[in-house]
Amino acid sequence: MGHKTIIEDDIDILVVGAGLGGTGAAFEARYWGQDKKIVIAEKANIDRSGAVAQGLYAINCYMGTRFGENNPEDHVRYARMDLMGMVREDLLFDMARHVDSAVHQFEEWGLPLMKDPKKGTYMREGRWQIMIHGESYKPIVAEAAKKSADKVFNRICVTHLLMDDDKANRVAGAVGFNVRTGNYHVFKSKTVICGAGGASNIFKPRSVGEGAGRVWYAPWSSGSAYGLMIEAGAKMTQMENRIVLARFKDGYGPVGAYFLHLKTYTQNGLGEEYESKWFPALTEMVGKEYLDTEGQHLSHKPIPTCLRNHAFISEVNAGRGPIHMVTMEAFQDPHLEEIGWHNFLGMTGGQAVLWAATDVDPKYENPELTTSEPYVMGSHATGCGAWCSGPEDVSPPEYYWGYNRMTTVEGLFGAGDAVGGTPHAFSSGSFTEGRLAAKAACRYINDGKAAGIRVSDEQISRLKEKIFKPLETYRVYSNEVVAGSVNPNFINPRQGLDRLQKLMDEYCGGFGVNYMTNEKLLNIGLRKLKTLEEDMESIAASDIHELLRAWELHHRIRTSESVFQHTLFRKETRWPGYYYRGDAMKLDDTNWHVLTVSHRDRKTGEYTMEKAPLYHLVGDEQGE
Amino acid sequence: MHIDKTYRRAYNIEPSMCWECYSCVKACPHHAIDVRGYADFAPLGHSVRVHRDEEKGTIAWRIKFRNGKKDMELLAPITTKPWGTCIPKLAEVAAPSKDMRDSQLLFNEPRYIRLDGGGLHTLKSNGLKFKAGVYY
Repeated sequence: MGHKTIIEDDIDILVVGAGLGGTGAAFEARYWGQDKKIVIAEKANIDRSGAVAQGLYAINCYMGTRFGENNPEDHVRYARMDLMGMVREDLLFDMARHVDSAVHQFEEWGLPLMKDPKKGTYMREGRWQIMIHGESYKPIVAEAAKKSADKVFNRICVTHLLMDDDKANRVAGAVGFNVRTGNYHVFKSKTVICGAGGASNIFKPRSVGEGAGRVWYAPWSSGSAYGLMIEAGAKMTQMENRIVLARFKDGYGPVGAYFLHLKTYTQNGLGEEYESKWFPALTEMVGKEYLDTEGQHLSHKPIPTCLRNHAFISEVNAGRGPIHMVTMEAFQDPHLEEIGWHNFLGMTGGQAVLWAATDVDPKYENPELTTSEPYVMGSHATGCGAWCSGPEDVSPPEYYWGYNRMTTVEGLFGAGDAVGGTPHAFSSGSFTEGRLAAKAACRYINDGKAAGIRVSDEQISRLKEKIFKPLETYRVYSNEVVAGSVNPNFINPRQGLDRLQKLMDEYCGGFGVNYMTNEKLLNIGLRKLKTLEEDMESIAASDIHELLRAWELHHRIRTSESVFQHTLFRKETRWPGYYYRGDAMKLDDTNWHVLTVSHRDRKTGEYTMEKAPLYHLVGDEQGE
Repeated sequence: MHIDKTYRRAYNIEPSMCWECYSCVKACPHHAIDVRGYADFAPLGHSVRVHRDEEKGTIAWRIKFRNGKKDMELLAPITTKPWGTCIPKLAEVAAPSKDMRDSQLLFNEPRYIRLDGGGLHTLKSNGLKFKAGVYY
C-alpha cells in the first residue's frame, strides 16, 4: 500500500491529544525538561481542538484562595457531594491546590477574565466559576504549548500505544495516521501523556439526521483516552459513572450562567416549581446522608447534579412537561440579556443558531430544556477514567505508586478526561493535571525508569497492517455490489456507530429507556457488543476520512465495553438521574461505598473487576 | 471541512459529525463559510455571522431571526494583550533548582497560586487527614 511510514524517534515526552490537558502537559514539560524532546500528536489542529475548541464563557474551577474565597478542601467536599461520595480526593485536593496558578497565568497571557468592580475580585458566576470572554481560550493556551513543544503533529489520529517489547507493562510511544495524507506515523517515546478525550456519541443521541452532531460534548471526543489506555492494559475506574446533562433543548447551550448569574430558574409545563416534590422519595432511595433537603438548605450545600436530573426526568414522565427555563424575567434587563446571548456565542454558537431559526427570543418566551443522552468523560460532573497514582505528600498507600498521574502502565500518564475519579476539573483543572503529569513524567525519565525501551520492527509493521486493513477490505469487496452501502462482506463506520448507539441506548441505560438498565439487559448488551467487535474485523473504509471514523469507532467500542463491565459490577443505583439499575434501585453504602476498578487483559480481553477503598478528607480532629 | 479540488472551495464533508462550533467560519479570511442550522430542528431563514480579528482582539457577531423581528450585533474581547506576545518560552527561563524539583511546586509556583508569597497547601497546613470508609 502507498502509505509512507514516518518515524519520529528519541522522544522523551509524547503528548497524545492536546486539548486543555495536553496543552498544559506540553507547556509545563519544557520547564522540568529543558533538554528533553517534547512532541504533540493531535487529531485536529491544536489551535481549535478538544472540548474548548469554540471557547468558554466561564472557568468553572477556580478557588480564589488569593481573595480568601475557598480552600482546596472546600472544593474536594463539593465534588464529593456532587458525585454521591465517589471521587479520588487525593487527586482532587492536588488539582485544587494548583489550579489558581494556571488561571493567573492565563490572565497574564491575555485571556480576558471579567472583574467584579466592587470587590476587586474576578467576577463570580457561582462559588467555583469565574466569568471570562473566552472565545480564544483554546488558541491562547495552544500558543503556550507550541512555544514549549519541539514539534506539533496536527491531523494525526493516534490509534494505538506502543509497548516495550522487552518489559511487559511499559509504554514506548504511539502510532497513528495522518487524516489528510494517510501517512503512517510512528512516535517512539520514553513516556506518553494521554490527553485524549472522553466519549460522545456512544449512546444514541437525541439529535438525528443531518444534525446528529449537535450533541452536548464534542462529536470528535471519540473515547480515545479510554480506548488507547485500556488496550495498553491500564486499569480504569468509575467507568459506570456516565453523565446526563439537563440543557437547552436541541442546541445543548449551557445553563450554568443562566442559573447562577442570570438567576433564571426552571418550572414544569404548568408553570409550577417541581423539583422539591420529588425529594422525599429520592431521600428514601439514596439516604439522608446524600439528600437532606432541610439540612442542605441550612448548610447551603447544592443538590447533586444527578438528583436534580432525577426530578426533571420524573416530572416529564409524570406528564407535566416540558420543563422550561424561566428567562423572561431576567432578560428584561438589557445587560443580563446581552450576557445571556454572549454566553452562547462564546461557547455554543449552535444554540444561538437554533433560537434565531425558531424565533425563540428568551425575553418573550421561556425556552425548553431537555435531559441529554449519556456521555462518558472525566472532567465535568462525572469521573470516568484511568486509575492513576496521586502525589506522594497527599495520597494514601492504595492510591500511590511513585509518579503523580501515572496510570498502572509504566510511563503512561493521564490528564483531563483520561484521569479517573477527578470530576469538576473542567478546563483549568484539566490544564493543571497536564502540568502535574508533565513534571512527574520528567522525573520518571530522570530516575532512569525509561532506560532500555525496545520497540521491534515487527510491532510497528503489525500495527501498520492492522490500521490500514479497512481500506484493503473496501478495495477487495466494494465491487460485489452494484451501488450503495449494503454489502454482504463488510459494514462501514457509520453503520457500526449506529449499531453501537442503538445497543448502548437500549441495554446500557440511554435516554430511549429513561436511563434504566439491569443485569439481564447488561449481559445481553455485552453479547451484542461482542458480535459488533467481531464485525469490526470486517469494517471497510472507502477513504482516509472513513478510516478515521473506523478507528474512532474502535475506541468508542472499547469505551462502551468498559462502561458495561463497570455498570454490571456496581449492584446499586448510586446516581439516580444519570442511570438506574432496575434490579437494585437503592444506594447501598454497606457494599458499594467503594471505587470500582477494572483491568482488561491485553492478550485475552478478559475483564477483572475489583473494589478499591474510598478515602475521605477529614479535619484533624475527626481523624483522631 | 475539505477543499473541493475542482471548484477550489471548502465544503462540509460530514454534517452529521459537525458540532456547529464555528471554528471553520472564524478561520476563513474571506468569510466564505456560512452556517445554516441543521434541518432536523432548525427552520430556514435565520443567520448567525461572525468576524474574529486577532489584531483588534475582538469578535463581532450578528444574529438575525427567521421572522425578521430580531437583528442583534454583539461585540466581545478575545484577548487583552497583543496576540501571542505575553506567553513565556520555558526553554529560556532559569532552570528549576533541585529543591524545586523535589517539591510539589510547578512553574511559577508558589508565587502564582496566591500572588502574596503564601506557600502550597498541604494536608498538614490545612489540618487534614485521609480516613477510609463511609464519611460525609
